[in-house]
Amino acid sequence: MIGLPQYLGVAAMLFTIGVFGIFVNRKNVIVILMSIELILLAVNINLVAFSVFLHDVVGQIFAMFVLTVAAAEAAVGLAILVTFFRNRGDIAVDDASVMKG
Amino acid sequence: MENLLIAAVFAPLLGALVAGLAGRRIGDIPSQAVTTALLFASCALSWVIFAQWTWGGLEPFTQQIAPFINVGRFQSDWALRLDGLSAVMLVVVTTVSSLVHLYSWGYMAEDDSRPRFFAYLSLFTFAMLMLVTAADFMQLFFGWEGVGLASYLLIGFWYKKPTASAAAIKAFVVNRVGDFGFALGIMTVFWMFGTIQFAELFPMIAAKAGTSWTFVGHEWSALDLAAILLFVGAMGKSAQFFLHTWLPDAMEGPTPVSALIHAATMVTAGVYMVCLLSPLFEYAPQAKQAVALIGAITALFAATVGLAQNDIKRVIAYSTCSQLGYMFFAAGVGAYQAAMFHLFTHAFFKALLFLGAGSVIHGMHHEQDMRRMGALWKLLPVTYAVMMIGTIAITGFGIPGLGGFAGFYSKDAIIEAAYAAGQANGVAYFAFVIGILAAGLTSFYSFRLAFMTFHGKAQWDTPHGHDAAHHHVPEDHASPPQIETHDEPLAAHDEHHHKPHESPWVMIAPLLVLAVGAIASGFLFHEQFIGEAQTEFWRGAIFTAPANHVLHDMHNVPTWVVWAPLPVSALGLAGAAFVYLFNQGMGARIAANGGPAWRFFYNKWFFDELYDFVFVKGAKAIGDLFWKVGDQKIIDGLGPDGVAKVSAAAGRGLGRIQSGYLYHYAFVMLLGVAGLLSYALWAWA
Amino acid sequence: MSVQAVAFYLLALVSVASAGCVVAARNPVHSVLFLITTFFSAAGLFVLMGAEFLAMLLVVVYVGAVAVLFLFVVMMLNVDFSEFRKGFARYMPVGGLVAGVLLIEMIMVSSIVATRGAAARNDAPFVSGAGISNTEAIGRVLYTDYVYFFQAAGLVLLVAMIGAIVLTLRRRTGVRKQVIADQVGRTPATGMDIVQIKSGAGVPE
Repeated sequence: MIGLPQYLGVAAMLFTIGVFGIFVNRKNVIVILMSIELILLAVNINLVAFSVFLHDVVGQIFAMFVLTVAAAEAAVGLAILVTFFRNRGDIAVDDASVMKG
Repeated sequence: MENLLIAAVFAPLLGALVAGLAGRRIGDIPSQAVTTALLFASCALSWVIFAQWTWGGLEPFTQQIAPFINVGRFQSDWALRLDGLSAVMLVVVTTVSSLVHLYSWGYMAEDDSRPRFFAYLSLFTFAMLMLVTAADFMQLFFGWEGVGLASYLLIGFWYKKPTASAAAIKAFVVNRVGDFGFALGIMTVFWMFGTIQFAELFPMIAAKAGTSWTFVGHEWSALDLAAILLFVGAMGKSAQFFLHTWLPDAMEGPTPVSALIHAATMVTAGVYMVCLLSPLFEYAPQAKQAVALIGAITALFAATVGLAQNDIKRVIAYSTCSQLGYMFFAAGVGAYQAAMFHLFTHAFFKALLFLGAGSVIHGMHHEQDMRRMGALWKLLPVTYAVMMIGTIAITGFGIPGLGGFAGFYSKDAIIEAAYAAGQANGVAYFAFVIGILAAGLTSFYSFRLAFMTFHGKAQWDTPHGHDAAHHHVPEDHASPPQIETHDEPLAAHDEHHHKPHESPWVMIAPLLVLAVGAIASGFLFHEQFIGEAQTEFWRGAIFTAPANHVLHDMHNVPTWVVWAPLPVSALGLAGAAFVYLFNQGMGARIAANGGPAWRFFYNKWFFDELYDFVFVKGAKAIGDLFWKVGDQKIIDGLGPDGVAKVSAAAGRGLGRIQSGYLYHYAFVMLLGVAGLLSYALWAWA
Repeated sequence: MSVQAVAFYLLALVSVASAGCVVAARNPVHSVLFLITTFFSAAGLFVLMGAEFLAMLLVVVYVGAVAVLFLFVVMMLNVDFSEFRKGFARYMPVGGLVAGVLLIEMIMVSSIVATRGAAARNDAPFVSGAGISNTEAIGRVLYTDYVYFFQAAGLVLLVAMIGAIVLTLRRRTGVRKQVIADQVGRTPATGMDIVQIKSGAGVPE
């Protein structure tokens, strides 16, 4: 019987993969952005699962807003990426250490 | 009579204030005149008081001047006490001081700071008079410190000379060690008896005899403890063994200073104090033993060192030290009157010797090394005569039964008293033996000084010999005999082609007066001090316990004891004559080949080196330890430096976390999330 | 096993697997394509749960807009992807460990929540009751209780749009364009220059 734990488990795995992707990749800034999308997707799954199992539609409303913000964030993030690329010539993450303390 | 006493004590203070504060305005000669005149006035008044006391039947009294300290049980007033002891000291101090003032007109004639000198001399005299007329410990201590201060100012009078400044500081610091003991003694007395006034204190002492006192967890014999602490003060002031190191270096001061302070008055303050506190010492037998022992050792020690010195003033300084040892062991065996008598006569002939030496130095254009003198008896006849008188006086030359010079009466009295006490007391017998031995040594070095200075070949006259002496002999006075208050330094060595000359009359006159004292003071006053008339003379100023028969027994000693000093002194004279008079050059040969014994004596038994190693280097080592380890390493290390280093290191370490890489930051965030989640699970489950 | 369970497991497997490939792929274009796959399967999961409006939203917005945007950018940047694999293995052990721990904990929490939390009281998963569709249920709440948040979301999108343009707009210099207003506003004074020229001299530039 598919219940809440299963859905939450799926979401957890997606979340973990997304987080893993952020810090394990060295050479590609785009993968970071995609990993962030994965994280947001996992959160959405969680929200919807809970909304379904708590019989409250608010979860889905909130998931919609998350979606909106994720889209906006992806747009701006890619714009930044483009500028980044224009200034440097490549998108290697390793070189982005100007904030080094 | 009270007013005469007040006038006598305060006249020198007035002179000091005038010369000290207004000296520059009124000029040199007026300052000298004011101070000297006031001091002669004080001297005259002192002699009047003394005469009244000795032959006029004056009763002891204490004249209150003003209140001083009044806190709880601690009461102290400024007061002048007149009794046998203070009457004697008044004449000693004022006579020698006024003669020194007069002498300084001639000796310091070329100095630039004469008002300051005379002001200091008068200041010293005032402090000494306050000391001897003190009615309680507080004023005694005031005078004690005052003479210490004046001694510092006068030793370091030529302050531009670094050795003089160093000597002044040394004197003050060593005295301070003694004063520390003295202060502890005063506190002990106050704690035990509840009062520091002599009049109240002395009757209370007998009741406490033999009692003991707990202090820092130890049981002490009460009176011995107090007496020994007070005696430590006397040791410092009177340059006894262990605290003697300042006296030879004090010869850096001008010769009149040495005559006044380090011969006749300040150094005798210790003897005065012990005699004044005779009620206390009589009931403190162990303290008396200590006093006698220290005194005897000092007498011998100083005499041995004086044998080998080449600076004329140092020989006399060690002679003073030795004679003070005599006075102390006299007090230690119970013959306080004999100690005071020797103090009285010693003041005359020691001041005479010092001023005579000053005359020689002045005539030799400030040359102090005896090896460069010689054959002066024709050129300085009066000085020669008075120096010989002084030498005979100090060696105690005299025929028992017939008479002799001053030293004969007083020194022989001490030796007889030591023998008399020595019948029952081992330390006193030891002191007696030392006394005889030191008498011989005294004779030797005194006549050595006389022969080297006045007889023999004139070392100052041969340029070649002078240069040879100049190059070969080691310098053994503290510094070249330069006097740096002049604008251009005196070239003493260049002036050896000037013949030595006799001193002016302002310097000769005091010498003659003191010579009279050196000859006659023993003969004139021995009855009053130690003889039949002593009880009416002292009239309770000196207390002797019922068991103390020394002063009586000493008149009944065996004949050999009475005659013993004479052959011993004659032997010393013969030895000195043999080495320094008849065989020229033998003295120098002995000095050059003297071997370890001579070097030991010459280097003052290596006391300065010992103290330097133990105290000076020790204090410096402790200071360095506190500075380099305690302050720099520990306090600075834990405090500002350490905090700064730790902050910087922590910052650097933490800074490495800020790599600038996004994925590092994300990883850290992940770690945080994982941690929080783990904690939440653990707390929740 | 019911159809629902099979569907669920299939969709779940696909989404997790393609998420892993997003991270692990060498070619960024492949990464984007795998991302699209993940979105699709997630949408399927939503449909399974009964939130079909959200599922369609996911497809239209995420896949249709965001993922395509990703694709545009990836292709535009034209990066050399032969260097991509270096450094991957260095952090994988530690990262993998931490991620694994996180995963296990999240699953634990999920199971606890699911079995003991508020959601366990309800055994039926469906949200819409009394015959209204999911869309209508959302619409009923969105434009009434949450209308301000709705407007705010719109503002957020507006701001993001402006931000993206500001960041990436390049003005190319040297491009000549017609500015009609200038043309129309020309007067003889500004439009003409009368020059006297000597014969054979030429026009000075």
